[in-house]
Amino acid sequence: MSEGIYGLMAEFDNPADLVKAAHAARHKGYRKLDAYSPFPIEELNDALHLHKNKLPLIVLCGGILGGLTGFLFQCYITMVNFPLNIGGRPLYSWPSYIIITFELTILFGAISAVLGLFGLCGLPMPYHPVFNAPRFALASRSRFFLCIEAADPLFDAGSTGDFLRALNPHEVTEVAH
Amino acid sequence: MPETPELLERKPHEDIAPGYTFGSVTDQIASVVLTKRTPFFWFASFGVGFSLLLLLLLSMALLFGKGVGIWGIRTPVMWGFAITNFVWWIGIGHAGTLISAILLLLNQRWRNSINRFAEAMTLFAVACAGMFPLLHMGRPWLFFWLFPYPNTMGVQPQFRSPLVWDVFAVSTYATVSALFWFVGLVPDLGTLRDRTQNKVGRLIYGVLSLGWRGSAKHWSIYETASLLLAGLATPLVLSVHTVVSFDFTIAIVPGWHSTFFPPYFVAGAIYSGFAMVLVLAIPLRKVYGLEGLITDRHLENSAKVMLATGLIVAYSYIMELFGAWFGGDVYEWGAFWHRMAGPYAQQYWMLVTCNIILPQALWIRKIRTNPVTLFIWSMIVLVGMWLERFVIIVSSLAQDFVTSSWGIFSPTRWDWFTFFGTVGLFLFLFFIFVRLLPMISIFEVRTLLPQAKAKEEQG
Repeated sequence: MSEGIYGLMAEFDNPADLVKAAHAARHKGYRKLDAYSPFPIEELNDALHLHKNKLPLIVLCGGILGGLTGFLFQCYITMVNFPLNIGGRPLYSWPSYIIITFELTILFGAISAVLGLFGLCGLPMPYHPVFNAPRFALASRSRFFLCIEAADPLFDAGSTGDFLRALNPHEVTEVAH
Repeated sequence: MPETPELLERKPHEDIAPGYTFGSVTDQIASVVLTKRTPFFWFASFGVGFSLLLLLLLSMALLFGKGVGIWGIRTPVMWGFAITNFVWWIGIGHAGTLISAILLLLNQRWRNSINRFAEAMTLFAVACAGMFPLLHMGRPWLFFWLFPYPNTMGVQPQFRSPLVWDVFAVSTYATVSALFWFVGLVPDLGTLRDRTQNKVGRLIYGVLSLGWRGSAKHWSIYETASLLLAGLATPLVLSVHTVVSFDFTIAIVPGWHSTFFPPYFVAGAIYSGFAMVLVLAIPLRKVYGLEGLITDRHLENSAKVMLATGLIVAYSYIMELFGAWFGGDVYEWGAFWHRMAGPYAQQYWMLVTCNIILPQALWIRKIRTNPVTLFIWSMIVLVGMWLERFVIIVSSLAQDFVTSSWGIFSPTRWDWFTFFGTVGLFLFLFFIFVRLLPMISIFEVRTLLPQAKAKEEQG
């Protein structure tokens, strides 16, 4: 029976119950699970061990790349590609490159933050099975969901269902693929 | 534990009126967009905006046909209204980024219900600002010459010029503001996708929301991204008006060539920006019944920021005078005499009245907390800041070093039409935004509710 489904979804009324349930499921040994909430809940990061992500590194690399691009590009243009001799002033005038270097650092950093965010989240995603859960539209309004996925090695439609029902949810439903 | 009322009052849920739930917050903000009924206020404001936008199109058509001579710009005042309006509009944008980025980093959670429309204001103000340098170029269709690209002419922009820095600063600012705004919108677009009854609407909001599903894994990365973007936007917003002020300070024109322009310009930008935030927020919250979300506290806090930045601006005016006197440069000192007693004395004293004298009334709590008086005062500040930009640009250019090269600027009707036209463009874009997208960040307001606390209830 569990073959055709994506997982089991429990619905909760408030964030505290969701956090408790996430803690319990993680403690029980489930690893392929995700919580869905209408706003970010910091405590879920503890419960689901989500504190580390690669985004800061991506942004750092983007920023450095932007700064280097800005500075070297200006060097190339003012010294090699289009040198202008104005009163014999030096061609390598680094103080005047600083502003564009700074702007491109920010620009590349911000673009890599946004692309990194979407890349790490796997967005845009045109289809995802969780939307098959009948009441899942409320996850963007007022309800809190915990989904244990069928791909989890411990997953069993019967015992996992019993486990979720013991956590005091509003209801537990199967999520079709 | 004894609970003292003072302590309770400082809890974050006081940022919005009590009694809201996750559902009611969502429904109230989303209903502005998802309803079929549009209030008369919207049609009226949009109508005014659209009419003025047509005026802008007319002015632009004439400008493209006849050239910049239809404006009052004549040697030596070649910057005239175009650059005045550019600096004014871009300054207005700064409040949006301040609210969305700097107040986020400072953990000022009350900002959560005003950041969305303030950011939208930023975007549209920057769009209006961006029009002016392009229109002012004389041949706007060659605007891409501003950017370095391989070309058959074999020339490149002069990277040692503040005008080129400005191109990069403003285009970076516009891009980063748009990205930040869109990232903030994604979860709310997901809400609209799930709430709308309209098939076309569901498709459009669905595509725009990128399939956002509120996963804890995503929220975790999302929060990191918000903080990083705020951290990047904060130095950016301070740099933009700094670079704008370099357009003036790098030149040796008397009245422009001074080192304190960057902080002075940034303070003025935030001053006018908060005035615009209030001008937009006060009618919007009244018409859409959002007083529970945009509370009197938001208005008062914005008024306080206005008062504080207004004092910085006042200090700058005094220091500007002091610097001119103390510096001992006869032309610099002359420039300030011209400002105070010359052909633009009327505008100068009006700007002092609007920017320094009248805003002192904001010290009075009654004026600060009454939406009607606050609206009027914000309009005064907007006028004052526009006059400030006008006086700095026009009076310095009109009378510089050599008396024989002096010339007085007087705007033509096309100057005024172009300016009011961009006001129209701003209103047009802003009211389209109000109608089609949630003007308050729904998910951030949810976090302000007392029931959003997961830890306390766990005990």
